[in-house]
Amino acid sequence: MSGLLVARSEIAARPAVGPFGDRLFRALLIGAALSVLALLGGAAIAIFWGGLPAFRHFGLGFFTRLAWDPVRQDFGALVPIYGTLVTAAIAMITAVPVSFGIALFLTEVAPHWLRAPIGAAIELLAGIPSIIYGMWGLFVFAPFMADHVEPGLTALLGPLPLLGVLFDGPPLGIGMLTAGLILGIMVVPFISAVMRDVFRLVPQALRESALGLGATRWELVWRVVLPYTRSAVLGGVFLGLGRALGETMAVTFVLGNAHDFNLSLFMPSTSIAAAIANEFTEADSDLYRASLVALGFVLFVITFIVLALGKLMLARLAQSEGSRR
Amino acid sequence: MKSVITALTLALAVFLGIRSSVATAEEITGAGSTFVYPLLAKWSDDYSKQTSTKINYQSIGSGGGIAQIKAGTVTFGASDMPISPADLHEAGLLQFPAVVGAVVPAVNLPGVAAGALHLTGPALADIYLGRIKKWNDPELVTLNPGLVLPALAITVVHRSDGSGTTFNWVDYLSKVSPEWKARIGEGTSVSWPAGVGGKGNEGVAAYIQRIKGAIGYLEYAYILQNKMAFVLVQNAAGQYPEPGKASFQAAAATAEWSKTSDFYLVLTNAPGDNAYPITATTFILIHRAALATPSGKAALDFFRWGFTQGGPDAEALAYIPLPPSLTAAIEAYWQANSP
Repeated sequence: MSGLLVARSEIAARPAVGPFGDRLFRALLIGAALSVLALLGGAAIAIFWGGLPAFRHFGLGFFTRLAWDPVRQDFGALVPIYGTLVTAAIAMITAVPVSFGIALFLTEVAPHWLRAPIGAAIELLAGIPSIIYGMWGLFVFAPFMADHVEPGLTALLGPLPLLGVLFDGPPLGIGMLTAGLILGIMVVPFISAVMRDVFRLVPQALRESALGLGATRWELVWRVVLPYTRSAVLGGVFLGLGRALGETMAVTFVLGNAHDFNLSLFMPSTSIAAAIANEFTEADSDLYRASLVALGFVLFVITFIVLALGKLMLARLAQSEGSRR
Repeated sequence: MKSVITALTLALAVFLGIRSSVATAEEITGAGSTFVYPLLAKWSDDYSKQTSTKINYQSIGSGGGIAQIKAGTVTFGASDMPISPADLHEAGLLQFPAVVGAVVPAVNLPGVAAGALHLTGPALADIYLGRIKKWNDPELVTLNPGLVLPALAITVVHRSDGSGTTFNWVDYLSKVSPEWKARIGEGTSVSWPAGVGGKGNEGVAAYIQRIKGAIGYLEYAYILQNKMAFVLVQNAAGQYPEPGKASFQAAAATAEWSKTSDFYLVLTNAPGDNAYPITATTFILIHRAALATPSGKAALDFFRWGFTQGGPDAEALAYIPLPPSLTAAIEAYWQANSP
């Protein structure tokens, strides 16, 4: 009884220290969360402000015009936007299936002794600096593309209607296709790491029951593992896409850095990040600099839209899953 | 408390002491052209061994150099593009050349050796305008009767970043091609009608080596280092001089510096039988008022030393020292403008 009393008095005594400590902790947490928002908002406003002279001068035409002429002070963002989106799209088209395969192999198929070394090797890929990818791309991958891959693609896909124009052009080895593929290699570790981690989280009981019902390995993956992890897999894909959109150094090396609009994927182009990295130091007029900052704002918005779309899709999925249950 | 104050005072004294000792051993700051950076780094290294003067040069690009000297944050600026006398006077600046170099075109053509291909200025402009698309174009074939030119597509390589090398290259193309001047114009970066862009000289060199049928322009040092197949370009006198010390110096000597004010002259397309057509100069910018200050005087001393004793350094790095007639003119310009 007395023991209980003591305990009670201790409990009663605790709040005396509690409220202040609690409030301080709460304030710190709120401060930390708000500072991120403030930084994000501040960065958005600062970039928009820096780009405002370009938006004012060119109006909406800034987004639709192909020109990029520093001599005549005529700037349009369409080519860098197009180059950014096309290379990121090629990267995702190649990286998502490969990452999916790697993650499935590591969680479902590979013998246990092989899983750790392959997993570690893929994680090491993520640690390679992007400039190394760029140099490898320029000196090894681009000549390989020019000599072996691109002529073959032209012969194979060039005659096709509509699609053919994408693969018709001089095999330079430097252009949107090469840049997209390098980006793909660069984002594979990120996407596959997320996929592998979430595939592992599928409860063993679910797996075993599916196998027990006579499911093949393919059915297990397609009907059990993927539905269970769908939202997290999409999250990984969007993480990779975000990285592909903003990647600068490797792209600068192999994209060709030309403000030309071409449908052919073999032709050089430029991306938003590459244009800024290339041209900022010598952008000697205010309008030129403002146009580059405005490009940065466009990239900011594109990344924001991609992430928002990702979140929206995840929310939808969660909803439909909820209604199913 | 007292001891804290003493410690702070001591720290302040030490700090001020360091500051003042830096101020006595003169430190010159400069910023600008990346083209001249290797030479200025070598010069300042040698110069600081002989004197107590230290030169801190940031190679942020010509445009940045002009902006920094106008803002007064550095003692001198360096630019590959000269500023017009009117703009100089408005900003209270002086301008003089520091060193001569050259921009040399190079190709990647199977079976075509260094110096074998001959091109005229207008032909180069047509290639860069995207009008001549194949190496066996009749215009190129007539210029090179002894060569078998392949039916290969021409891939034009240019700089993707703004650059003084580009400025000198397009300045030359503007001088020899009215169409280039009207359609494209000149600047440290332009709207290229054709081709791929490499970042820096090394980027352009890599693209030329990677792409068969490529042509690009490089600083002379990169031609030497990478043993590139350079192209001979016809000069204003109709000759095809080899790029090298003799032809660059001929261009610097035959240029009519004496007819300019503030050395406002781009060396490209210089007259003279042996003058290399795409010779380039880096200009130093300094505030007229700074010549009265210790750091301004120290900067002029540094360049005076460079002109008289920095020649071997310059040649080792594939630059060409200014001819004596020009350095004498620069010395006179300094005297005439010192307050």
